[in-house]
Amino acid sequence: MTLLLVEQLGKEFGGVHAVSDLSFTIKSGTIHSIIGPNGAGKTTLFNLITGIYTPSSGRICFDGKEIAGRAPFELAQWGMSRTFQNLQIFFNMSAMENVMVGHHLHLDRRFLPSLLRLPGIARGDEKARDISAELMRFVGLEAYVKAEAQSMPYGALKRLEIARALASKPKLLLLDEPAAGLNATESREIDEVIEKVAQSGVTVVLVEHDMKMVMGISDHILVLDYGRKLAEGTPDEVRNNPVVVAAYLGGGAAP
Amino acid sequence: MASTSRWAGLGALAVFLAVLPQVLPNNYYVDVAVLAGFNAIVCVGLNLLIGYAGQISLGHAGFFGLGAYSSAILVTHYGWPPLAALLAGALLVGLLAFAIARPILKLKGHYLAMATLGIGIIISIIINTEAQITGGPDGIAAGNFTLGGFELKGERAWYWVIAVLLLVTVWLATNLVDSPVGRALRALHGSEVGAEVVGVDTTRYKVLVFVVSAVIASIAGSLFAHYTSQLTPTKADFFKSIELVTMVVFGGMASTFGALVGAAFLTMLPQVLTVFEDYEPIILGGIMMGTMIFMPRGLVPTISAFLTRRRS
Ligand SMILES: Nc1ncnc2c1ncn2[C@@H]1O[C@H](COP(=O)(O)OP(=O)(O)OP(=O)(O)O)[C@@H](O)[C@H]1O
Ligand SMILES: [Mg+2]
Repeated sequence: MTLLLVEQLGKEFGGVHAVSDLSFTIKSGTIHSIIGPNGAGKTTLFNLITGIYTPSSGRICFDGKEIAGRAPFELAQWGMSRTFQNLQIFFNMSAMENVMVGHHLHLDRRFLPSLLRLPGIARGDEKARDISAELMRFVGLEAYVKAEAQSMPYGALKRLEIARALASKPKLLLLDEPAAGLNATESREIDEVIEKVAQSGVTVVLVEHDMKMVMGISDHILVLDYGRKLAEGTPDEVRNNPVVVAAYLGGGAAP
Repeated sequence: MASTSRWAGLGALAVFLAVLPQVLPNNYYVDVAVLAGFNAIVCVGLNLLIGYAGQISLGHAGFFGLGAYSSAILVTHYGWPPLAALLAGALLVGLLAFAIARPILKLKGHYLAMATLGIGIIISIIINTEAQITGGPDGIAAGNFTLGGFELKGERAWYWVIAVLLLVTVWLATNLVDSPVGRALRALHGSEVGAEVVGVDTTRYKVLVFVVSAVIASIAGSLFAHYTSQLTPTKADFFKSIELVTMVVFGGMASTFGALVGAAFLTMLPQVLTVFEDYEPIILGGIMMGTMIFMPRGLVPTISAFLTRRRS
C-alpha cells in the first residue's frame, strides 16, 4: 500500500531549484532511504513533505490525502513526524518533558482541566511519563531519564528527537541524518533503533550520509542530485547503478 | 517532578502572606503590600506569556488599564454592580487580545513587540483624551467594591482579598505550566518547528496564552480601580508596561515565584528610593540591562541554580 505519493514536486528559492520534477512513492512498512550529495535537496524534500515549506509545483499525498496547504501540526495529527538535521530540541525543558511533548496529541490538553489540574490531567501526565521513560529506554537513553535537555551530549540529543517523534505514534517517521556526528558504535546503535522502529510497523524515511547504514537497513533507496531523481531501487540496484557510482558514490565510498 | 515542590512553594507563599500583615507596622506598608500584590498577579500572568511561551508584550498595562477603566466607567456612569463590570471588562479585553493576537502571533519577535506597544499606546491615548467618560488626566473614582451587601474597604481587608487572589493565580499558573498545555507553551518557546511536527498548534497556543495573560491583567485592573481612590491614566501607560516586563525579567523568566519577587521588589523600590519618580525610565532601563548582563535568567532562577550547584 502506498503511504506517501510525491508527484512532479518542485521547490524554488529565488531561482535555486532545490527540488525539481521529483516523483516517487513510499510503500508502508518499509525503510526508504534518500541519499545524495550535500545540497542535493534532501532536507528541502523533508520540509516539503512535513508541511514546513509549501511546494512551488507538484503535489504530495499522505495516506491518500492531499497535504497541500496543511500546517506541520495537522500532518502530525495525520500520523507524520520527523527529526531534524540541525537539532530542534526544547532546551528549556527536561529530556523527559521533550518526549512528553511528543505525546501531546494523545493527551487530554483542554485548557480548563489543565488550569485546575483535574485528576484526569494528573493521571494522563503520569501515563505520559511512563510511556516517555519507556521510549527513552527504547532509543537507548535510560541514563538520561532524569536529565535536563541542555546538559545532554549531541549523540543523546539525536536519539531524544527520535524518542519525541515516536511518542506522537507516527505512521510515517522521517529521520534527517540521525547518525551525523556520531561515532561508529553510536551509529550502529541508531541502526538497531531504526530497524526496531520499522519492525514495530512504522514506515521510515531516512536521509543519511553513512552508506554502510543506508545499504544495510534500507528496503528502497532514492538517489537525489541537484534536486532531481538520479536513480532509485533496492540497495543492490543502486550500488550497481553506473550513473550513481559515477555521480555520487565515486570510487571508495561504496561498501 | 514538580508536584511536591509546587505544593511546598504554594505553602510557603501562603504562610508568608498570612504572617506579613502581622509584622507590617502601619497601613502605609499594608498599602505597599497590596500594590505589590496587584503587580504580582499581573506578572504571574505576563510570565506565562514572556517567560514560559517566549513571546513579548509591551502593552500589558493597556490591558490592565482597559479592565480598570471598564470597571470605573460602568460602575460610575452606568451603575453596574462591580462584579458584572469586572467580568465585562475581562470579556472585552479577552476579545480584543484575541482579535489582535490571531494575525500578529503568526509572525515572530519584533512584530509582536511593536504591535503590543502600539495597542498599549492607543489605549493610553484614548484614556487620556476621552475625558468626558474617563476623566482624562485627572482620573476617575470607581468607588468601593461591593458584592451583595458586602463592601470592601480599608487596606487590611483589601490585603486579604488580594493575598487570596494571588495564591489562586499562582496555583492556577503552576497547574498550567505543568500540564499538556504548559508543556506545549514551553515547547514552542524552545523550538516552534520542533513543537509543530509532534502536533502542537503553535499559533493557537500563542493566542491562548496571550489572551489568558491579558485577561488576568484586566481582572487585576478592575479590582485596582476600586482599591485606588482615584484611577489615573498613568496606570495604563507605556512606562507601566515596561515596568511590568522589567518585574518579570528581573524576577526570573519562566519562574512563577520569580515573577512574585520581581513584582515585590520593583513595587517597593519607589518607596525606598524617593528619586524613583523622576528617574523611572533610567532606573528601569538600568535594572533591565543589569539583569540581562549579570543574570539573564533573572534573580530567582539564578539563585536556585546556585543553591542546587552548592548542594550537589
Ligand atoms: N530556506 C532556504 N532558502 C534558500 N535556499 C535554500 C533554503 N533551504 C535550502 N536551500 C537551498 O536548497 C538546496 C538544497 O538544500 P538542502 O538543505 O535541501 O540539501 P541537503 O540535501 O539536505 O544537503 P545536506 O546533505 O548538506 O544536508 C541548497 O542549494 C540550499 O542552499
Ligand atoms: Mg540536509
